[in-house]
Amino acid sequence: MMFEEEINQVVRYIKPSGIRKFFDIAKTRKNVISLGVGEPDFITPWHIREAAIYAIEKGRTFYTGNKGLLELRIGICNYYKRRFNISYDPEANVIVTVGGSEAIDIILRTVLKPGDEVILPTPAYVAYAAIIEMAGGKVVETELTEENEFKLTPEALSKVITDKTKAIILNFPGNPTGGIMTREDYAKIVPILKEHDLFVITDEIYAELTYEGKHVSIAEFDEIKDRVVVINGFSKAYSMTGYRVGYILAHKDIVSMALKIHQYTIMCATTPSQYAAIEAVNNGDNDIEVMFTSFKQRRNYIVKELNRIGLKTHMPMGAFYVFPSIKITGLKSEEFCEKLLNEENLALVPGNAFGEAGEGYVRISYAYSLDEIKQALAKLENFINK
Amino acid sequence: MKELLTLLENNARYEIKDLAALLNESEEAVTDEIRALEERNIIAGYHTIINWDKADTEISKAIIFVNCVPERESGYDKIARKIARFPEVDSLCLISGKAEFLLQVNGRNMREVSNFVAHKLAPTEGVNGTETMFILKEYKSNGVCFEENTEDGERLIVTP
Repeated sequence: MMFEEEINQVVRYIKPSGIRKFFDIAKTRKNVISLGVGEPDFITPWHIREAAIYAIEKGRTFYTGNKGLLELRIGICNYYKRRFNISYDPEANVIVTVGGSEAIDIILRTVLKPGDEVILPTPAYVAYAAIIEMAGGKVVETELTEENEFKLTPEALSKVITDKTKAIILNFPGNPTGGIMTREDYAKIVPILKEHDLFVITDEIYAELTYEGKHVSIAEFDEIKDRVVVINGFSKAYSMTGYRVGYILAHKDIVSMALKIHQYTIMCATTPSQYAAIEAVNNGDNDIEVMFTSFKQRRNYIVKELNRIGLKTHMPMGAFYVFPSIKITGLKSEEFCEKLLNEENLALVPGNAFGEAGEGYVRISYAYSLDEIKQALAKLENFINK
Repeated sequence: MKELLTLLENNARYEIKDLAALLNESEEAVTDEIRALEERNIIAGYHTIINWDKADTEISKAIIFVNCVPERESGYDKIARKIARFPEVDSLCLISGKAEFLLQVNGRNMREVSNFVAHKLAPTEGVNGTETMFILKEYKSNGVCFEENTEDGERLIVTP
């Protein structure tokens, strides 16, 4: 490898995503069946696609203001009020970003000083740790366990807080566990977060896929709201992954700082995608409903079947993943997934791709048709009974 | 109940055990509920959506507007029942606008449909006039598009 010594050493030592590695193996094989995809299987609802096409037709293809179209920011604030009863000001509290990913990046770069610690409950979505490190922070993991339904407990939180702790990343409903936090669950950790004045970065991209009760945002807690940064987007709720539209909702002084990074690196989110997002946020509640019901049904199905074939699977309360334990097989997560791919041509994602806490588990996405799920489960059953 | 009906509306061929798993209910509960819905005529029947063009089978369908006068006491119901009884009539509804009824009529060929209109429908007592529009090609039926490969978005095999 060339340039190793010369380049940014932080980048050099960032681990390549375990998912990427697995994808590279999977794509060399033919007729692979996969339950490994982290995006919905619905095609973007037609009225939303049509809004993007119309924007292009009408020549709405110039830069927008850095924060994003005002109409979209108004739509987003109305949406948060309507669905989660939290108020934000479209002028002061919102930045439209290129997906939730950019939002995570610019927020961490905004709040972190070199050496600051960021608490990351794991298993966690693969990008958080890498982005924290690239922003000069230090990742401090705390384990979410199956026994606690993959919730963050006050004990697990207190254990890892130090003088250097600057922020915490929350992702409920979460990828890869499907775990959620209720209002009561949050009430137990809010006093600790307040006591230590932590920035709370809450990635709520799966909010609409909450199967028990309604999604609760930690931004509901007024005593810490100034330090809560909500990250959300259109990818999961409206099946718009490729549009790359997300957003930040935060205190005006965080927004004005993060906006500096956004304006110099990104300028603005893609304009036609922003128009599609306006249509989604204003007229898409019914689409959410349809997808929600379908995901919930498939979740019920897959959990029942996985437990039947002998993989102990916790019933997740959100997102579109199940996270079964494979400990009975005696295999490590990666071994399990590699063997499964070799012997049955079935691709799952090894749990340790989401941090060491995911060892002994695999992530299965149920964003597939029932027929595909059945086909994959038959292969999995075959593999386990060997 | 609505969830079960929606599932069946989209796919009448679900097996009971799959429905039970999807709805997180027992198979007995689902079987009983379907039976009850059938008995109450909420589930009124099961159909297959067929693209007859592709099956290379000649079939002729027409949409027909029917004008008629309501009858004292029974309104439109009595005449609707009379029209519905013809086996050629696939569907029938009372509508607002320029006609009273909208029908879909199916026949083996155009002549059969024409004969039905001329000899059976138009002379029916109470029918004042008809307007027949033959269907030339079906693109979508019962929520299903007949054109293939219209949407070809493809997801990667594994993504975060």
